[in-house]
Amino acid sequence: MIRFILSRGLRAVVTIFLVVTFAFIVLRLSGDPAMQILSVDAPPEAIAAFRNEWGLNQPIWQQFLDYLLNVLHGNFGDSMREGRPAMDIVLEHVGATLMITLPALALKIVIGIPAGIYAALHRNSLADRMTMMISVAGFTVPSFVLALVLVLIFSVHLGWLPSTGNATWKHAILPIVTLGTAGAAILARFTRSAMLEVLGQSYIRAASAKGLIWRQVVTGHALPNAAIPTVTIVGFMIGSLIAGAVVVESVFSWPGIGYLLISAVANRDLAIVQSILLLIALCMVCANLVVDLLYGWIDPRVRLRSAH
Amino acid sequence: MNDLLQVDDLACHFSVRRDHGFPARRVPLKAVDGVSFSLAAGRTLALVGESGCGKSTTAKAVLGLTHKTGGDVLFKGAPLPKAGTREWRRQRQDMQLVFQDPLAALDRRLPIGRQIEEPLHIHGVDDKAQRRETVTRIMTAIGLKPHQAASFPHELSGGQRQRAVLARALVLEPSLLVLDEPISALDVSIQAQVINLLVELQERLGVAYLFISHDLKVVRQISHEVAVMYLGRIVEHGDPETIFTAPAHPYTRALVSAIPTVRTTKRERIILSGDPPNPIDTPPGCPFHTRCAQAFERCRIERPELASTGDGRTVACHLAHAPDVRAVA
Amino acid sequence: MEPLVSIRNLTVDFDLGRRVSRALRGVDLTIGRGEAVGLVGESGCGKSITWLGILGLLGGRAKVHGEAWLDGRNLVGAPVSELERVRGKRIALIFQDPSSSLNPVHRIGRQLTEALKLHRGLSGAEAKAEALRLLDRVGIPAARQRMNDYPHQLSGGMNQRVMIAMALAGEPDLLVADEPTTALDATIQAQILDLLREIREDSNMAMVLISHDLGVVAENTDRVAVMYAGRIVEQAPNNLLFERPRHPYTRGLLNALPDLEGPREPLTAIPGSVPEPWNHPAGCAFAPRCDHAHGACHSEIPSLARRDGHHLSACLRTEEMLGHMLDDVSDREPARSYA
Repeated sequence: MIRFILSRGLRAVVTIFLVVTFAFIVLRLSGDPAMQILSVDAPPEAIAAFRNEWGLNQPIWQQFLDYLLNVLHGNFGDSMREGRPAMDIVLEHVGATLMITLPALALKIVIGIPAGIYAALHRNSLADRMTMMISVAGFTVPSFVLALVLVLIFSVHLGWLPSTGNATWKHAILPIVTLGTAGAAILARFTRSAMLEVLGQSYIRAASAKGLIWRQVVTGHALPNAAIPTVTIVGFMIGSLIAGAVVVESVFSWPGIGYLLISAVANRDLAIVQSILLLIALCMVCANLVVDLLYGWIDPRVRLRSAH
Repeated sequence: MNDLLQVDDLACHFSVRRDHGFPARRVPLKAVDGVSFSLAAGRTLALVGESGCGKSTTAKAVLGLTHKTGGDVLFKGAPLPKAGTREWRRQRQDMQLVFQDPLAALDRRLPIGRQIEEPLHIHGVDDKAQRRETVTRIMTAIGLKPHQAASFPHELSGGQRQRAVLARALVLEPSLLVLDEPISALDVSIQAQVINLLVELQERLGVAYLFISHDLKVVRQISHEVAVMYLGRIVEHGDPETIFTAPAHPYTRALVSAIPTVRTTKRERIILSGDPPNPIDTPPGCPFHTRCAQAFERCRIERPELASTGDGRTVACHLAHAPDVRAVA
Repeated sequence: MEPLVSIRNLTVDFDLGRRVSRALRGVDLTIGRGEAVGLVGESGCGKSITWLGILGLLGGRAKVHGEAWLDGRNLVGAPVSELERVRGKRIALIFQDPSSSLNPVHRIGRQLTEALKLHRGLSGAEAKAEALRLLDRVGIPAARQRMNDYPHQLSGGMNQRVMIAMALAGEPDLLVADEPTTALDATIQAQILDLLREIREDSNMAMVLISHDLGVVAENTDRVAVMYAGRIVEQAPNNLLFERPRHPYTRGLLNALPDLEGPREPLTAIPGSVPEPWNHPAGCAFAPRCDHAHGACHSEIPSLARRDGHHLSACLRTEEMLGHMLDDVSDREPARSYA
């Protein structure tokens, strides 16, 4: 078990290193922050001074090494725009993002999984077809379109809910619903196919042949097995709790990580962008690790291979 | 040596992961461990044994489809070219493989005529008209109607599909055909059709078969020689009549006696206890001693070598060579 | 023999949406108490579907009609709750691929005690003790450790033993063994068949052995029914069927079978192949492949007629053919025994 975690841990470090490197290089190559922050017609001396201050005139490998060393010391750089530690700014926005993504995750699970199970158990019934139709609609419509439709209905026409900002809890409802709908649709579809796959297995027929009533077959022999692939997708959703709301946050002007990311990219605020990407990579990697461990816990075939 | 295929002391040892750990612990698996045989042109050698005995790995090694870790495979007197090289590809024309499941071996989206023609195309044989003609000829020879060239695999029955696979394998007129359980997936009434076809094709084309099967009855029907394998080694090798009527190795005896028959006269059945050992940890001494009722002290220590018993076969068993030592048992 | 299960005119249709495919075309079969009956035939002939259909295990697309009497009650059309009490308790099933018939995420012990709780109301230590006894009964060494194993840790043969133990948990009157050894190696097959025989000797449990292997059926049953394209075409006590087969299909099968003994000669294959369910011939389903078929065979469906004793054959030409059959290939030369 310890070796398992160690090997996954090493892989995680490599993944994060690759993400950081990639982000660093792409950001440096895609434009000059000095121009962006000081504006194009700033005097050349000011630009030179800015570059000097932020180390932008050093060769790129030098900048990268400095950055890596700093990261290892827990220093993620300062925001070029605000002059404060970038990670502090980022972390300030995490709460806002979680305020909408956590309830959205709950919504996905509470609606998506039962809907998928129900559809699989009543395959080809009217309910199944309706569920799948809604589900297809739910994940094919881009979230910004859905967001705009919701705003149009609930804010503009009915006037029940505010459309932008984060002043009250009511402001969170539309972002949560937008995020939750697409996720629930994906999860329902995924759960349904996992469930159908399991229901077609020989051991399900064997369990019925044993004399178990259908409810026992489903709860005892189908659900635990169908949970195995479903865990993967839920794990992925947990991994994207921080990064998954970029579009929705910017549509609703919700001051979370996504909102911050978009403005930081627009402003070439390199340290902020890098810190956000690092944080996202970290979340994804952790979620993957948790999924692997969960997998081992639910699927004895995986567990025993790693325990021997 | 004028044998078509000569295999000397072939070994295929794999290193398999035992767990998911870090770093992964690997253990050796001796899938094939010192197998020798030869096969003359136009003859059939059957490799029989239960799953995990190494018969399919041997077949793959003969074709160069799996890496051998020891020994030699000589085809027409020359060692096999390295897999993937131009020479190796050219040699494919002369040695072909047929699998168990014809549906898996055929491309579902191509009519079978095209699939039978494809090897000709790949090996740059003939122009288009000639290729078509060859395909028609081979399809007729194999018992398919020329108009079926336009059929897709799912439109054919199991027997017809296996015929198509055979046609594709034979279209380049190979001198060796490796058949890995070619009829196990077919129904009884279809099996007989394909067995007869194989015998007939051999007579007509002079192709040699390396025939892998677990079905002794089919093996007896089709082969000139049989090699019985257990845990990566040949334990008995000889003429099928001798081996199946008077098996000398205790494993062969159990295997033969385990075959159910529709004859109403009952034979004595030897029932082996337990499963074959895991090829990862083969027992010391004779690999079969753990399940052998006749095993005695020597079997647990010394591995018997394959040696002639004087009646034209070779057997790897201490008892077959010196029946008197059994006093200890 | 007192009948345990009587099947009459059983049909099964599969609703494939665009068309209905008839898989079973009227099967009549009686299983006596304690009797071992073999059901042979090629893939798709309906030998498994017969039993899955009776027990309602074919799913919603299958429409089962006819009768299947057990203790004076017709199982066809019976409510699901009644079928659930029959499954495992009165009629138990074991399947072809033991390793995939066990749930991979549950321990052997749990799957076994589940059956004991269901059928015998046992739980806790009692259930565990009985599970151990059953595993021991089916010849699983170190049963206590195996209880904690998962199916993938056991070999195919061991898993089939577990399936048999599970089937025995309900102390059924009938065990339907659907190709129980097809996925297993020859020496393991011999072990499993031996175990089944031993259990039947101890318990007076009836058995239906479904197999495509005529040898397996010949050696392990008292009576055999041969199926072809959804019907039983011949039915007889074991010795009669294999020594004096009457139906041309049975004879074809036997002639097509290679043997380990006797002279080695070319096999007599049955020409052609089994008709597809959607392309079923009008008369006798075997007529297109039959050497003896004449006019009426192509239009009239032969019924399973009893000519004498217990030997039933569904062939219009039984009478005409009896004479030349007797001196035909069906007389195999006497077997030699092994040294």
